[in-house]
Amino acid sequence: MGDRFPRGRVAVAGLATWGVGTCPGHTTLEMAAQATRLALADAGMPVAAVDGVFVCLPDDLFAGLSLAQALGLHPRFTDNNRTGGASFMSHLVTACLMLDAGYLDCAVIAYGSNQRSAGGRLATPAAPDRWDAPSRPLFPVSYYALAAARHMHQYGTTRDHLAEVAVAARRWAQTNPEADARGPLTIAECLAARMIATPLSVRDCCLVTDGAAALVLRRTGEIDGPRVPVLGAAAATWYNSVRAAADITVTAAAESGPRAMAMAGVTPGGIDVVQLYDAFTINTILFLEDLGFCAKGEGGPFVAGGAIAPGGRLAVNTNGGGLSCCHPGMYGMFAMVEAVRQIRGTAANPVPGADVALAHGNGGTLSAQATVIFGSAATV
Amino acid sequence: MSGDRMSGPAAIWDAALAEGRILLQRGPDGAALFPPRILAADHGWVEASGRGTVYSLSWIPGRPPAEPRNVALVDLAEGPRVMAPVVGIAPDAPAIGMAVQARIEPDGEGHRIVFGAVG
Repeated sequence: MGDRFPRGRVAVAGLATWGVGTCPGHTTLEMAAQATRLALADAGMPVAAVDGVFVCLPDDLFAGLSLAQALGLHPRFTDNNRTGGASFMSHLVTACLMLDAGYLDCAVIAYGSNQRSAGGRLATPAAPDRWDAPSRPLFPVSYYALAAARHMHQYGTTRDHLAEVAVAARRWAQTNPEADARGPLTIAECLAARMIATPLSVRDCCLVTDGAAALVLRRTGEIDGPRVPVLGAAAATWYNSVRAAADITVTAAAESGPRAMAMAGVTPGGIDVVQLYDAFTINTILFLEDLGFCAKGEGGPFVAGGAIAPGGRLAVNTNGGGLSCCHPGMYGMFAMVEAVRQIRGTAANPVPGADVALAHGNGGTLSAQATVIFGSAATV
Repeated sequence: MSGDRMSGPAAIWDAALAEGRILLQRGPDGAALFPPRILAADHGWVEASGRGTVYSLSWIPGRPPAEPRNVALVDLAEGPRVMAPVVGIAPDAPAIGMAVQARIEPDGEGHRIVFGAVG
């Protein structure tokens, strides 16, 4: 048993982003509440209709309570899941099950972060565990660097392959007005960039931006306007520190992806557009492999030659991703927003005929993974 | 250090490290475990040899005048993997697969493991 999911019976009824890029003068809660208000307007729903509040904020351990208060609500249920950047995918799992069961009628998932305006550094209480801390790894980049170094050793992946990921993300961002980093970027510039933690340079690292986003979820049959059904969603937690990985080049996406796809009844070949949490360039390569878009170890050659850039073989991170669109600290929300926009046909870089979209979240340091499959009305 | 009043597996491990020993727990199947955990508290401890092999390593160049330093994942001969720096090696030298030996050094109020190349 396990993994029974109400395929297609719950859908995204509305969404919004707010303050993506630079958003001075606002608290994280103000940003999340503003995105929620706009998403509800998009869904044609009054704020008072919300009875489920799902939220994660970087600086508020009681964010579920705070957002309910900020919205003037007495919700039936709040969820403040903190699996890092994959939190929102986990929120969505819970919300779908609760909506389908009839426990809730209207759920919002919200996020806001003023990380750039609050000081330009990762504003997070997250830190290495007590066993890793004496080594003073750069948190979180050292963990991803260790995965990248091993991937290179084990499979012959190169810094050029990593640079391909960064350049592809930038090329998508260049035609997305919401993206923060739209200037030119070449492979050579990536290779010459300042090293942060070998083999990852500053161009292998995500942006540090502000940003807020929200999704509204309801039972599909009760939505009058545009709706994007959830076909499958799965979260997988393998450890906290990647020290505990049997093989650091294989992430829990190898579990969450196949489970979500089984719920949805799709295979990688049937997915039209892919949004991956690219906190670092190695993430995109690891997740393309683990989700089954190519074999383990072949992610580097898979992305070479602009293959995931506009016009390539697979449309990946069509908003520019965390590398070039935005990264307020927990990017998973924006991967889902872009996936839903692709199905709606409202993305800045629409993939023609996109019927099935995958959004993948990464939490901790390659620790917790969560995958969501969205479909058009035709897929239900 | 976790304070004198701590007495669980983590505190036992810390106390041994302060005496120059790296302890590993035994799992129910006899396999060595790290980090220590309460669910494996019944099967006893084994002292690690300190021998290991570098599984992955990343250099942090830092900004001058800071010296480059590294963070490694090292597979102990007994099986478990630990995070620690490898000292005394050059930043451009291949490190993955290198045989290393642990030593224990003071670190703030406690101690930590560092590795050096063998031979």
